[in-house]
Amino acid sequence: MKRFLLQRLLLLLPTLLGAVSLVFVLIHLIPGDPVEVMLGETASAADKEALRRSLGLDRPLSTQYRSFLVGLASGDLGRSLYEPASVAQIIRVRLPATLQLALCAMIAAVLISFPLATLAAMRRGGWIDRAALTFSLLGLSLPNFWLGPLLMIVFSIQLGWTPVSGRGAFSHLVLPAITLGLGMSAILVRILRAGLLQGIHQDYVQTARAKGLPEKRVWLKHVLRNALLSVVTIMSLQFGGLLAGSLITETIFSWPGIGRLTVQAIQTRDYPLVQGCVLVIAVSYVLINFATDLFYKLIDPRVSYGE
Amino acid sequence: MASKVWFCAGVAVLLLLCAGALLAPVLAPHDPLRQNLDRDLIAYSSDHPLGTDKLGRDVLSRTLYGGRISLLTGVATVLISLAIGLMIGSLSGYFGGWLDQLLMRLVDTLMAFPGILLAIALTAVLGPGLDHVILALCLIGWTGYARLVRGEMLSLREREFVQAARALGCRPKRIIARHLLPNLLPPLMIQATFGLAAAIVAEGSLSFLGLGVEPPTPSWGSMLNDGRQFLLVAPHLTAYPGLALMVTVLALNVVGDTLQDRLQFRTR
Repeated sequence: MKRFLLQRLLLLLPTLLGAVSLVFVLIHLIPGDPVEVMLGETASAADKEALRRSLGLDRPLSTQYRSFLVGLASGDLGRSLYEPASVAQIIRVRLPATLQLALCAMIAAVLISFPLATLAAMRRGGWIDRAALTFSLLGLSLPNFWLGPLLMIVFSIQLGWTPVSGRGAFSHLVLPAITLGLGMSAILVRILRAGLLQGIHQDYVQTARAKGLPEKRVWLKHVLRNALLSVVTIMSLQFGGLLAGSLITETIFSWPGIGRLTVQAIQTRDYPLVQGCVLVIAVSYVLINFATDLFYKLIDPRVSYGE
Repeated sequence: MASKVWFCAGVAVLLLLCAGALLAPVLAPHDPLRQNLDRDLIAYSSDHPLGTDKLGRDVLSRTLYGGRISLLTGVATVLISLAIGLMIGSLSGYFGGWLDQLLMRLVDTLMAFPGILLAIALTAVLGPGLDHVILALCLIGWTGYARLVRGEMLSLREREFVQAARALGCRPKRIIARHLLPNLLPPLMIQATFGLAAAIVAEGSLSFLGLGVEPPTPSWGSMLNDGRQFLLVAPHLTAYPGLALMVTVLALNVVGDTLQDRLQFRTR
């Protein structure tokens, strides 16, 4: 296990450095003068010079990159152009809302997909199986920027069951969580159904049946448990995707998380804030993938990754 | 039998959508950019079967023209990404060694990023515009094809027919073009079908955030974004472009699923 951990850590470092470097390069891709793009053409020369100096854009690229990495190591993501706070402070305030939404989206996905996939596998070829596959296909084809407004029209505007937008009581969470989690539940239905159907023909399942275990116990204890291995991986990988997907869902439902913050920063051309948000989401994504590898090894010792 | 029906239905829908997009100048009842402020936010009229938007522009005409942008972006993204992925994956898989290591680390770094986040960040920095959208989507799109091609190459290059070609003195370029690429077609076709669906959704996401095509050019994503402000009074503004987008992606997913079942089974 120690060797495995070391191996994965050694692979994590270049990936992290690559992701961080890519984010650094982003701000230097702004066509023309980045300071003019941020402040507008009408800004005074003194303002432009001051911003150039504060962002360090007047220094050579290698020096900028070095101080970017040094700052990052100490948690310094720079300062926002328009808000009187550091980027790290602004993100710290908004991050819990995004994590809450992503977690609830994941719970919604599990609550929808697990019963549906299990029933579909138990009644293979039946109407519930066909319904589950249709749901999965539709879930994968419904873009969240359409699903969100649709849910809002039906459940908030027509039926008045949930608030239209914002963050507050539990009812505020329902529609954003479903919007963000539906795609994930569609993937989980497919993966879990396939895993269950594969598991049902394994020798250990036949043995469990031969021992006289009740069918319900065979499914829960033997078939579902083994099918969960692949599901756990997909769920962890998808959790990183949920963070990125929150950009759109949070915008639709005015959810005050890091996704909406990123979009607002893009609209106001607050590039240090954009850079900080993208960096936090990207690094979280990389770290979640890393944790998934470790977790997978823990729950299934057969995983070797070519050690 | 049922999957054949679904496949035919998917292809028929895609052909219809392509025809609608290509023939938009003929089929559209109005100029998609012409404003008529006296007739704004109409839900239905004989003159405007799908209604009008906040500036009185015809929603049917804009949806037809919007399809052009979505399909053009999708097809361009898939073709460019496929070409880059094919080249890099072939080099990596066929030659191996340090070149393979170098190229695959680059792929790993790009794949370590959530794709849509990178696309959003890139278009935010470069500014809105169709060319920037395609550039951003290609930057994240080629990696999947490169991985696939490399993996297939690694397995194919050890096959007897490739070794025979090598023994007969064929050059690497000829072996890749004549012997390896034809065998790569089935998995690439499947990936391209799903890639097209993903690119159309990604373009919609970027346009929805105001980072896609510049107004007043219609695209399904930007129409959804415009209609969002009028959910209460004019839900038709979000319903039709969203439906068009969903049907397109659904048809592509159905076709992709069927191809996956058929072609992968055949190649095994």
